[in-house]
Amino acid sequence: MKNIAILFLLTLSISKGSAQIDPVLLRKPVNDTSRLLLNMDAVYNRPLLAAGKLPVSLGGYVEANYQYLNENGVSEGHQFQMRRLTLFVASSISKRLKFLSEIEFEDGTKEINIEFASIDFELAPLLNFRGGVVMNPIGSFNQNHDGPKWEFVDRPISATQMLPATWSNVGFGVYGKKYSKDWVYGYELYLTNGFDESIISNGQNKTYLPAAKENPDRFEESFNGVPLLTAKFALRNNKIGEIGVSYMGGVYNKFQDDGLILDKKRNVNVYALDFNTTLSRTKTFINGEWAWVSLDVPNTYSEQFGSAQQGGFLDIVQPVFSRPVFGFEKSVFNVAVRLEYVDWNKGKFLSTGDNIADHIYSIVPAISWRPTPQTVFRFNYRYNWQTDLLGNPPSRLAGFQFGFSTYF
Amino acid sequence: MGQRQIILISFLFLLVAAMVSCNKLLPGVPADDSVLDGPVEGLTGEQNQIFLRGDIAFNDDIFTSANGLGPTFVATSCGTCHAGDGKGHPFTTLTRFGQSDTLGNKFLHLGGPQLQSRALPGIQPETIPTGATFSSFTPPANTGLGLLEAVPDAVLMGLSDELDADGDGISGRPNWIHIPAYCLSRPGTIERNGKYIGRFGKKAAVYDLHQQTANAYNQDMGVNSSYESYNTYNGLQIDPEISNQKVLDVIFYLQTLKAPIQRDQNNADVVAGKQIFTTISCGKCHTPQLQTGPSSIAALANKTIFPYTDLLLHDMGQALNDGYTEGSAMTAEWRTPPLWGLGLSRNSQGGKVFLLHDGRAKSIEEAISFHGGEALQSKNKFQQLNAADKAKLIQFLESL
Repeated sequence: MKNIAILFLLTLSISKGSAQIDPVLLRKPVNDTSRLLLNMDAVYNRPLLAAGKLPVSLGGYVEANYQYLNENGVSEGHQFQMRRLTLFVASSISKRLKFLSEIEFEDGTKEINIEFASIDFELAPLLNFRGGVVMNPIGSFNQNHDGPKWEFVDRPISATQMLPATWSNVGFGVYGKKYSKDWVYGYELYLTNGFDESIISNGQNKTYLPAAKENPDRFEESFNGVPLLTAKFALRNNKIGEIGVSYMGGVYNKFQDDGLILDKKRNVNVYALDFNTTLSRTKTFINGEWAWVSLDVPNTYSEQFGSAQQGGFLDIVQPVFSRPVFGFEKSVFNVAVRLEYVDWNKGKFLSTGDNIADHIYSIVPAISWRPTPQTVFRFNYRYNWQTDLLGNPPSRLAGFQFGFSTYF
Repeated sequence: MGQRQIILISFLFLLVAAMVSCNKLLPGVPADDSVLDGPVEGLTGEQNQIFLRGDIAFNDDIFTSANGLGPTFVATSCGTCHAGDGKGHPFTTLTRFGQSDTLGNKFLHLGGPQLQSRALPGIQPETIPTGATFSSFTPPANTGLGLLEAVPDAVLMGLSDELDADGDGISGRPNWIHIPAYCLSRPGTIERNGKYIGRFGKKAAVYDLHQQTANAYNQDMGVNSSYESYNTYNGLQIDPEISNQKVLDVIFYLQTLKAPIQRDQNNADVVAGKQIFTTISCGKCHTPQLQTGPSSIAALANKTIFPYTDLLLHDMGQALNDGYTEGSAMTAEWRTPPLWGLGLSRNSQGGKVFLLHDGRAKSIEEAISFHGGEALQSKNKFQQLNAADKAKLIQFLESL
């Protein structure tokens, strides 16, 4: 994976390094803003820049931050973090055939991932074929996760630690959209490679879907040969907002190998509901997602690994000052808050009949400044309460984060 | 830039500065006497590093099939059973089976002594063989173990009264056990017919923390080390799945975890409760004070400690006789459990308490009510106390 990324960067540097490009030659493909956008459009709704007759458009975003966190009175001190550098390459191969890739470097070069690399082939507005590395459309955050779009330094806990955002897999599928006055609806349906047994056997010591992202072979072969089905339906009204309903499920364990039966098929199912709206009177942006996970955990396991999880987040963003500042004509200051909850293990102890705790609450007030719509400076205060499996006194984490994220 | 913009930006700047400088927005350090984790005082910088390595190995290392778990096991990490280094919860209670007298375990060939009740997918966990007696053990707290280990054998022999020579009805005795070859006998250790004094575990069938740690990796998690190299699932000797260094780090961590700190010890009711504890002879087994001897870890050597145990076996009567035993203990005999940290049990058992060897007692008073055998007289005296004195005694025990 690293070699591919280095090759990609070299190609970029060679193609751009021959001479200083005259900015006049750079053009921004005009996004279609006349129509309603859904979360599913986020992948192409990014600022991309084309140079002269170069057949591709380029773009990306970067996120960096400072943080000072304290857990139960103990701090790791002042931390500066380069969380993400993401590069986009898009190309319109023909009128109805286009390609987009998203390569992400996380925490410096600790993780390098292809998050998206797909060919889209439009047969009709309601029937498009997509194949390659696709982002499974579960919830909204997985589809619409670019840093500059959010007022918070951290990604939502439920989206990244309960659901496995950013969650991409190799596969194929179809999607489509239809408009009708103030309404638009869209759907997506993909078959991809899926999860593996690490979701119930991992270093987190709990049911943890993101553990499957650690499998380096998942872009090459399916763990068990059974496709993961992901489907989403979304509906948006221009005045009300967007609601999305999604499902992702399949077999996660290796139930046979070389024709020999190893275990029964064990399923994981994920359901998600997402919603976003902007209140017209106050311009308050409200965005939330809630998801439920259920899976078949072997009965030879203890209750340590939950067979059900649920959680979500709610973001409320209120613009408070929208005037030119420092020459930025579209400058906006926001105040915001994120509320989060995840129950890692819904269920009861067999031995006592008591509820299993294992949950986290979080509140994140924020102040952000957007000098342009594509750039955000954000200051967050985070407070988490995390209770262990048994319901012992919670671990408390709090601290401050300051960072920026911008498209380029 | 207009005046309003300057005011707004200044306000935001001041707000951010005020928040960052406000320590009240950050969680405080829990009081030292409210938590069980943390090292003993007096460790060197080098020892602190080992302690931290052991802390991570104990609390953060999670075992999976990829790094040695199982294939049969009880738990996936040390910390699973000892949340916050405190007592465990019934969901991690383990079961031992197969020994009903002092002649040894007759079910070793059928998976004894410990039941590995969990298994990786596709593998069947163990079940208790027909005819085997068994007992369930709730994980104990880890704190102060190094100090208990540093108490010389001679001190325990001095406390023992196997033939009840003083006629008080209490006849504590050591559990004489065979020890594995990798255990280095401590200075001044006492040997009798090739057996040594055990002091850890519900039946005092473990000699030291080295044996305890290597056994726990092997029996609880199915992780083999060079010290315990036989796989619990198939009985075959296999390559080590964990390094000696990691085992030694965890041993050091357990040795140097601080002893629980008593709370409210000057409270009048606590003081009165302590007096009642002595008066009704609880302290004859739950010995309040012990003295450590020499130790390779200077911070543990020659310390006066208050564990409320004599580390000896006592007959606790038929109510606590499960028909299972270890070493030379009888089935009704149990090692006196330390009472230090008793009041913090709720913080590691999910807000409730699960006391006695298998967590059957849901309160201190209920735990006392199960006492019999050598403890019968003390139990009877407790039950004859008036409600106020009982409350004072409980308050004292909660302060430990």
